[in-house]
Amino acid sequence: MALTTPPAPPDRPAVPGGETAPVRPVPGWRRSLRPYLLIVPALLLTGGILYPFGLGLYYTLFDFAASKPRPDLVGVENYRRILSQSSFWESARVTVLYAVGAAAVETVLGVSVALLLHRASRVGRVLEKILILPLMIAPVIAAIMWKLMLQPSVGVVNHLLEPVGLGGVQWTDTPAGALLSSIAVDVWVYTPFVAVLALAGLRSLPVSPFEAAAVDGAGWWFTFRRLTLPMLWPYVLVAVIFRFMDSLKVFDIIYALTEGGPGDSTVVLQIRAYLEAIRFQRYSFGISYMIVLWAVVYLVTMVLVRYLGRIQNRAAEVPK
Amino acid sequence: MAADGALIVYFVFALFPVVWMVILSLKPTNELFSTYFSFTPTLDAYRTVLGAGDDRGVPFPRFFVNSLIVSVGAVALSLVIGLPAAYAAARWRFRGSENLMFTLLSFRFAPELTVIIPLFVLYQKLGLFDTYVGMVWVLQLVTLPLIVWIMRSYFSDLSPELEQAALLDGYTRKQAFFRVVLPLVKPGIAAVSLLAFIFAWNNFVFPLILTSSNAQTVTVGALSFLGGDRPKYNLTAAAALISAVPPLLLALTIQRYLVRGLSFGAVKS
Repeated sequence: MALTTPPAPPDRPAVPGGETAPVRPVPGWRRSLRPYLLIVPALLLTGGILYPFGLGLYYTLFDFAASKPRPDLVGVENYRRILSQSSFWESARVTVLYAVGAAAVETVLGVSVALLLHRASRVGRVLEKILILPLMIAPVIAAIMWKLMLQPSVGVVNHLLEPVGLGGVQWTDTPAGALLSSIAVDVWVYTPFVAVLALAGLRSLPVSPFEAAAVDGAGWWFTFRRLTLPMLWPYVLVAVIFRFMDSLKVFDIIYALTEGGPGDSTVVLQIRAYLEAIRFQRYSFGISYMIVLWAVVYLVTMVLVRYLGRIQNRAAEVPK
Repeated sequence: MAADGALIVYFVFALFPVVWMVILSLKPTNELFSTYFSFTPTLDAYRTVLGAGDDRGVPFPRFFVNSLIVSVGAVALSLVIGLPAAYAAARWRFRGSENLMFTLLSFRFAPELTVIIPLFVLYQKLGLFDTYVGMVWVLQLVTLPLIVWIMRSYFSDLSPELEQAALLDGYTRKQAFFRVVLPLVKPGIAAVSLLAFIFAWNNFVFPLILTSSNAQTVTVGALSFLGGDRPKYNLTAAAALISAVPPLLLALTIQRYLVRGLSFGAVKS
């Protein structure tokens, strides 16, 4: 449970080889340099990614595009244009709808599945083994699979719904349907993620409070509200943070399922950036979109991770 | 009983698409649109997808091999670079260590397109576009943070006294690491490598934009069966299934370790 808490004790080697080790004395400068040496390759690699990131930031200050071989320095003009465009705010709205919708459904469904599996009937134990299956299929492949199933006239979903009179639904061809369908694919892929984390959490909870509650004759709902949920919350929160952050930057599911359509109804921010930068070759403009999304994701992550840290610390204080 | 019923409903939802893909992939082309549950199963779709006889000219077997090469490459490189970093981060707290770790984790949350467009420009200049080296390099973004974060939590779980004892026995630091520490975390390394492989294999955005034909991977390749005015659903289904087989097989073998991996060590299993 160490997403934020530093693992090792203070500013000296937590292991010997340092002050107390009697054998093979190592000069002090080499000792203090050792962690840096070990981490240098990772540092270089980080730099190798930070460089294109910096380069991208730099590009956003120009009007760099395929149609414009000699880009002019335009300063923050790209960002100003983005924030004043209604299409940006529309994309932002769709993105938030998608992320909140997907994360919420996945959380409720995932925790429910975990609770059911935790009751450990024989059926549950068999099913548990295949729980992670959808999670291991690439999201783009999952979207392809669902696309085949959701075809209006030949897809199996409508075929199965025909008996209840819902045969001809245009799943991905109406704005609301397209958004709902893509959220459904996200839910299909990622609900197991929440379920697996919640199940791990459930299994690590102390037993005694539950025994005490049972002795006191507490009902299921009371136990769930007052014991299970509060104690499970740090685990669920890890899952929620991961899911919310990931769905804010959804790309592959929408790209394969709706390509942003019909119209602009499922053009989330990453899709918009893709269209701008790759398809219309307005490079600077597209990257600016991404930088805006990145900044938002970064800020939200920081806030959520800090909240998670507080929750985890509080959870650590509860005697087990 | 009701609980089992609810579970079964969820699992039907979770498994049906896979079952349906199997059915679809076994349908002969002329029966794709007609009947639903009655048909003569055939392996033609698999033959077409895996063989050379594809009328769309999608070299799927090649994409499959490409996926293998770049995923293994990315994992191998990430292990070489990530293990020392993870060990250092677990055993010492030094200036910038937490910042570096957080930077690595932030890759996990950064929208891929942020770096991909500059990388696209750079790759064109450096000749890395559509190459294995280029793909391995960029898939680090996916595999390295995973390996560093999880291995750090494995290393932190080991008592430092193990190394202390080894040093007292006359081992050097290096020997202590290779002969004492590493063997103990071997299961962790195996699990995290397989998980990193799955993540690399499943990635879509990087190959979509940074490859065209030579180094293209299955995730992008499977999508190309959907194009055209009369999409062949059986071919698409077969391609989707084939590209899902390696991650599924690996996932079943490392199931025990998945929780820690999926949550980047934030939840221990």
